[in-house]
Amino acid sequence: MSSRTNISCLQEAKRVAIFGGTHGNEMSGITLVNMWIQNSAEIERNGLVVKPFISNPRAVEKCTRYIDTDLNRAFTPENLSAPDVEGLPYEVQRAKEINRMFGPKGSSDAYDAIFDLHNTTSNMGSTLILESSTDLFNLQMVHYIKKAMVPHTCSVLLNEHPQLKYSTTRSVAKHPIGLEVGPQPQGVLRSNVFESMRTILKHALDFIELFNSGVEFPPCTVDVFRVQERMDYPRDTNGNITAMVHPHLQDCDWEPLNRGDPMFLTFDGRTVLYEGANTVYPTFINEAAYYEKQQAFMTTCREILAAYAIRKACK
Amino acid sequence: MKAVAMPTVSRVAVCGGTHGNELAGIYLVREMLKKRADGTEPVSVVTVMSNPRAAQLCVRYVETDLNRCFTRAALSAPVSETSPYEMIRSQELNALLGAQRSVDLLCDLHNTTANTGLCLITYSDRDWICLHICKHLQACTNTKMASTPVRYVHFDIPLNEAYSLDSVGKHGFAMEIGPQPHGVVRSVIFSAMQEGVQLMMDWICQFNSGTLFEGGWVDVYTMVKNIDYPRDSETHMISAAVHPDLQDRDFCLLHPGDPMFLCFSGETLRYRGKEALYPFFINEGAYYEKGVALSLARKRRVQIPSVRSETLR
Repeated sequence: MSSRTNISCLQEAKRVAIFGGTHGNEMSGITLVNMWIQNSAEIERNGLVVKPFISNPRAVEKCTRYIDTDLNRAFTPENLSAPDVEGLPYEVQRAKEINRMFGPKGSSDAYDAIFDLHNTTSNMGSTLILESSTDLFNLQMVHYIKKAMVPHTCSVLLNEHPQLKYSTTRSVAKHPIGLEVGPQPQGVLRSNVFESMRTILKHALDFIELFNSGVEFPPCTVDVFRVQERMDYPRDTNGNITAMVHPHLQDCDWEPLNRGDPMFLTFDGRTVLYEGANTVYPTFINEAAYYEKQQAFMTTCREILAAYAIRKACK
Repeated sequence: MKAVAMPTVSRVAVCGGTHGNELAGIYLVREMLKKRADGTEPVSVVTVMSNPRAAQLCVRYVETDLNRCFTRAALSAPVSETSPYEMIRSQELNALLGAQRSVDLLCDLHNTTANTGLCLITYSDRDWICLHICKHLQACTNTKMASTPVRYVHFDIPLNEAYSLDSVGKHGFAMEIGPQPHGVVRSVIFSAMQEGVQLMMDWICQFNSGTLFEGGWVDVYTMVKNIDYPRDSETHMISAAVHPDLQDRDFCLLHPGDPMFLCFSGETLRYRGKEALYPFFINEGAYYEKGVALSLARKRRVQIPSVRSETLR
């Protein structure tokens, strides 16, 4: 006998955006968005409007991550409320513009969902990134996408960490979702990575269309990896790295790292071991853009999140 | 083939950071610079960070690709403070390593996003020093090198049209190792490069001290042509990616009719050439702006003579 309680009635998601080029050298999203700006047939769905959008066009033109500052860290309350004066970093101006177009962040006028497309040099495969463990719409969507992609796997990274969480471009929307697919070098388009990202988006838009049409999604659970800690490279007094990710850890994203396992290999051949007490699941291992952010990899712990059933709210 | 006597290789230059985001060479040069020379080394080695400003910013180049600034014209052009940084730098490097004080051998360290393994890339297919060094690297059964294929790649360009740093020495090559993303150092790639440079130095020391190196045969891949991505005729943006069946298959023979590109529309584009060739530099990130998706080479076996240095101790 099924219970009719504990179904969350949520607003329809009528306004959806797909952002590519938040980092101007992450080619899968840039290519997909440019393609869909030319011809949007593939992303059209009944009952919703889907807007493809290049978030950092100047960085895309130069095929560089950012011009003045990382756009995907720029959506802080301070930046979004900064007055329109000359001399603002390009990405701060852009953040304000994006907040006007797709936000304002936190208001009822904001876009319902934004998918922000990223690539990584890390061997993360297909990854969906969530910022909240209680966003039922997102949890149900992620569950739907993972099922639809079987036998391919899709990992889910949850960054709800008070210090390590950052103000993303997608955070102006009510339901922000990050897509991170790797490994792919910056400035390079790999066919398999491109097609994986394309497929994830197809399933995501299918979900929203189904939801908006009134389909009820039963309660579900989602296996996630919750961000714990940032691990930096060993560095010398000048701040230069003195070791590389150890060959046994390289490309082992999502695999358990235990106390005593090799972590780094110094340039002169010495192994540095992981000393943490608990088993962790590293990710973003050897991401090019994170050398300057003092991060060799992130540690995560495994968790199972539960989501109530959801359906569209009746008017 | 008769044994050939050749001058000793007394001055060697090892250069890294010619492209500022190719990190294995940058970190290797930094490590080498830390070790002070004490005058007992059998070979004089100059270690150089070729493009320090680009390395500092972790970009390929600041204004223009340094590794295209070594043509005769570029090296003799008048430069001023307002000239592109790399044009000034190439003349500085030429003064240091080329011209009147030309080093005997210049090894320029590079990385590529393509799955090339280790390649020695040079302008000559009959430079016995370079070919013997290649043969030596290939023969070494050390565990690190054994997992990295070593190949000899030849760009058939006359020396007076050479444009890259390695052309300023009497002998020279780029030591190119992939796959590694730009802006990343992967430990297996770093180790392979460190090993490659060490084996090169070992060969040079043995050669200089009079060892006779037996001749033999070396496979030489000679560049024939480049192939660009299919592009939209109006926007010039690429309309396909390297086909999954070709991606990472550097130096695997490409036959007429084999898949080359997978269009975003779903169509497969196939290799239309008449001759089966060897693809390499497949999907190198820095080459999109140069209009190159992959290069194609012919392979042939080159016979090399025994060599010995002409100045014996």
